[in-house]
Amino acid sequence: MSATTTVPRSGSTALPAFRPSLKVPVSLGVLALIALVFFGFLGSDKTAEMKISDAGDAVAVPALMIPGQVGGIVLGILLLAMAAYSIYRWTQGEKSPKWLPIAFAVVFVFALLVWIVAGARQPSISLAGLVAGSVTLAVPLVFGSLSGVLCERVGVVNIAIEGQLLGGAFTAALVATMTGSPYIGLIAAAAAGAVVSMVLAVFSIKYLVNQIIVGVVLNVLVSGLTGFLYGTLMVPNKEQFNTPGRLDILPIPLLSDIPIIGPILFEQSIAGYLMYIAVAVVWFGLFKTRWGLRVRAVGEHPQAADTLGINVNATRFWNVTLGGAIAGIGGAVFTLVTIDSFTKDISGGRGFIALAALIFGRWNPIGAFLASLLFGFAYNLQSILGIIGTPVPSQFMAMLPYLVTIFAVAGLVGKSRPPAASGIPYVKG
Amino acid sequence: MGVVKLELKGISKAFGTFYANQDIDLVVESGQIHCLLGENGAGKSTLMNVLYGLYEPTAGQILVDDKPVNFRGPGDAMAAGIGMVHQHFMLVPVFTVAENVALGAEPTSFGGVLSIEETRKKIREISDKYGFDVDPDALVEDLPVGVQQRVEIIKALVRQAKVLILDEPTAVLTPQETDELLDIMRQLKAGGTSIVFISHKLREVKAVSDVITVVRRGKVVGDAPPTASATELASMMVGRPVSLSLNKAAAQPKETTFVVENLTVRAANGTNVVDGISFDIAQGEILAIAGVQGNGQTELTEAILGIQEHVTGSVVLDGKQLLGLPVKDVLRSGVGFVPEDRTVDGLVGPFSVAENLVLDLYDQAPFASGISMKPAKVAEHAKAKIEEFDIRTPSAGSAAGTLSGGNQQKVVMARELSRPLRLFIASQPTRGVDVGSIEFLHKRIVAERDVGTPVMIVSTELDEVIELADRIAVLYKGKLVGIVPAGTPRDTLGLMMAGVGPEGGSDDQ
Repeated sequence: MSATTTVPRSGSTALPAFRPSLKVPVSLGVLALIALVFFGFLGSDKTAEMKISDAGDAVAVPALMIPGQVGGIVLGILLLAMAAYSIYRWTQGEKSPKWLPIAFAVVFVFALLVWIVAGARQPSISLAGLVAGSVTLAVPLVFGSLSGVLCERVGVVNIAIEGQLLGGAFTAALVATMTGSPYIGLIAAAAAGAVVSMVLAVFSIKYLVNQIIVGVVLNVLVSGLTGFLYGTLMVPNKEQFNTPGRLDILPIPLLSDIPIIGPILFEQSIAGYLMYIAVAVVWFGLFKTRWGLRVRAVGEHPQAADTLGINVNATRFWNVTLGGAIAGIGGAVFTLVTIDSFTKDISGGRGFIALAALIFGRWNPIGAFLASLLFGFAYNLQSILGIIGTPVPSQFMAMLPYLVTIFAVAGLVGKSRPPAASGIPYVKG
Repeated sequence: MGVVKLELKGISKAFGTFYANQDIDLVVESGQIHCLLGENGAGKSTLMNVLYGLYEPTAGQILVDDKPVNFRGPGDAMAAGIGMVHQHFMLVPVFTVAENVALGAEPTSFGGVLSIEETRKKIREISDKYGFDVDPDALVEDLPVGVQQRVEIIKALVRQAKVLILDEPTAVLTPQETDELLDIMRQLKAGGTSIVFISHKLREVKAVSDVITVVRRGKVVGDAPPTASATELASMMVGRPVSLSLNKAAAQPKETTFVVENLTVRAANGTNVVDGISFDIAQGEILAIAGVQGNGQTELTEAILGIQEHVTGSVVLDGKQLLGLPVKDVLRSGVGFVPEDRTVDGLVGPFSVAENLVLDLYDQAPFASGISMKPAKVAEHAKAKIEEFDIRTPSAGSAAGTLSGGNQQKVVMARELSRPLRLFIASQPTRGVDVGSIEFLHKRIVAERDVGTPVMIVSTELDEVIELADRIAVLYKGKLVGIVPAGTPRDTLGLMMAGVGPEGGSDDQ
C-alpha cells in the first residue's frame, strides 16, 4: 500500500471557500472608477443645464443646474459606494441585491449625461425632450421585440422581425395614400406583417425548414420586393402612392402637461398608445391567462403540451401570425408617425435591434419594452448630442450605449434562459 | 365513482413496414392492476401510446365499457377517463406544480384568466388523500424525480382518470421511491382506479399485479398470474430459458493494486460531494459501490477517471498516482470505464457502431498509422466484436444511436473490454437494458474479474449489487457508510443506504 500522497489540482491543495461570482462587484467597481476619473476629475467645469419642462407647458418646473466637475465627482463617489457595497456583500458570501445593478446603471447614465452636456459647446439640454424622443424612437423597437417575444415563447425563432417591420412600413404608406386614411394604413400594416409571419410559420412549422434561414431569407425578400415596388411605383407617382399623411397626435387634456411623463404617456399618436396597451396585454396574456400558459408550455416542452391535448403546431402558427401583425404595426410607425413617406429599407436594421432587445429583456414583454427604451435612448442621445455639439465624435457617442448594453448583459443581468424548445420544430412521435 | 372496463381488440401499429404491435388483444378489468411485461423494444410503450390517442392504430379497435371509441388525440383519451404517466415525464420544468397540473384543463374565470388557486386546492386535496406531500407552488425542475412522478399522477387524477397507465414508472426511481410508488398504486386501486403497469422488472411486477400480460416483439405471448416464478416470467419475456442467477464462482483475490485514499470532491456550491473516501480493490475481485442515486457515485467515478475538478486525496493504480493526470493518460494506464449514461458519455450516437468501438483507440495502431485511419482494420475489429458480444445491429455501419439500450451498452462494454485492462470501472452497467442482455453483460463483468482485473461496479440497483459483488461499499451523502462482504442481508444494506452503519462493521473492512 502506498503512502498517502496528496496531488494538488488547479493550483493548490486547499480548496477556496465557496463564494458567489465576482463578476458583478468587479464590473461595478471598474465602471465606478471610470465614472469618477473621467466624469469627475477630468470633467468640464461648466454647469450643465437640464430643462425639465418645456416653455409652453402648463406646469413650469425650474431646470436642474449641475456643475460638471463637482457633479461628476459626487455621482462618481455615489457609484463607488454602490460598488463597495457589492464587494462587501461578496466578502460576506452573499450575492448583490437585484436592485443594485439597476440603480447603478441609472446613476451611471445620468453621470455620463452630465459629463457630456457640461462639456458641450452649448451646455443645455431638455430632459423632457430627451426622454420623449427616446420613447418615440423606441416605438417600432417595442412592437418588433413584442413580435419576437410572442414567437420565441411559442418555440419559433423570429429573425424576420426586420422583414415584418419593413413590410408593415411599406404597406402602411401605400394603403394610407390610396385610401386617404392613415388609420386604414395602420390596419393594412398589421395584415402585411401577419402575411410575412405566415410565410415564416408555414415553412418552419409545416415544412420544418431551418427557422433562422427562413427568417433571413424573408428579410432579404421583403427588402427586395418593397425596394422594387418603391422604385417602380412610388418614386414616379409619389402623389398617388407615397403621401400617406400622419397619424394625429392625440394629447389627453391636463395629463399631457405633466412634466416629462406627460408627453411620453399622454401625448402620443394612436400607435404610441397601442404600444403601451400591447405591452400590458401581452404580459398579462402570457403570464395570467390560459392562452399564455399554453403558449409557454408549447415553447418549453411541446411534447408535454401535446399529451395534454394541446395542438402544438396550430398554437405556434397563430402566435407567429399574431407576432407578425404586431411587428407590422411597428413598421407603420416609420411611415405614419416618424416621417410621412416610405423610402427604401426605411427600417434600417431596427428589426435586429428589436431582436437584441428581446434577448436583453429576457423573453419578457416588460423586459423587452425596457430594453427597447434603452436602445431608443441610445438613438436619441446620438442625434441630440450632434445638435448641442460635444467634443466627443458622434460615432463614439453612438457606440457607447451598445458598450453599456454588452456590459449589462454580460456582467449585470446574469444568465438568461430562452424558452427550451425555441427554434426546434415539433414532430409527433 | 365510475369504474371503466378497457378492451383492446386486434390492435396493430406499423411504422413503415415494421410492426411495433401486431394483433394485440388486451382486457383491463376495472379496479385491477394489470401489468404489461416485456423487454425494452417489445412494443409496450407503442401500445399504450395508441391507447392514449398519441398514435393512430393501423388496425384494431379500442372499447371503453364495451363501446367502441376512436381517439384522435390525448384529449379524447382523457375525456374517456384514461390518464397516462409517461416514462419521460411530460412536465414543463420551468412551470410550478400547479401550472403543470392545470395545463390543458385550466380552470379559468372571465376571459380566459387563470384561476390557479382552484388547481392549488385540488392538488392539496389529492396530496393529502394519498400522502403525496407535494407543494403546488414548487418549481418542477427543483423537485426530485420521485416527486415529479407524483405530480404526473396528480395530473391524471385531477382529470378524473379511471384508468391510469404507468409507463416504466420505476425506471428512474430509487428502491425506496419504488416501494412508495407500489404503495401508492395499491391505494389508487383501493380507491377504484384501474392501473396498467408497464415494466420489465420482475420483482415489482410480481409484488403488485393482479394480472400479468407478457409481450414479446409486438405480440402478446400470454397471460400469467402474479404467482408465476420469476424464471418463468423471464423466459416468457425473452422467448428462451433464462437463468436469472449468475452462479459465479467465489472470488480469488490476489494482490491489491488499486488503492483510493481520502478522496474528496468539492462541488461548485462548496459542499463535498465525495467526502474522504478510502477503499482498495484486489486483482480478481469485484467491489460494488451501492447507494441511492445522487450520493456521490457519479463524482467518485469521474474523479478516478480525471474528469472532475477540485479533487484531493489519492488514487493509486499499480503504484502510480492517477490523480492529476489527463484522462487520456489514465485510460492508457489500463483503466476501462463504462459511464453511467451511455447516450451522453458512452457513445457518439450518430457515429457508426464500428467507429464507436474504436473511440478510445482510433489514433493508435492497428487502427491508424500516421494521420490516416485504416477503415478496413476498424471494420474487421467491429465484425469480431459484434460477434463476440452478440451486438444486434443491422450492420457495423449503422448509427449507434439507433440501437436498443441493451445493444448500445454492449457496444460500450465491448469497446472498454477490448484493451488489456489493469482496472475496470462500470457505472450502472445494466441501466435500461433488457433481461437477456443483463445476463450477458453480467457474465462478461465476472469474466473480466476472473482474468485477474480489479473490478469496480457502481449500481443503484440493489439486486445487481448483490448479484455481482464480492465486497459491497455503501455510499451515503458522499461518505462511505461501510464496506461489507457479499452475502450481507438486503435489510442491512437497505439501512446502510439510508446512512445507518452496519452492526459491528468497520469502515475499512
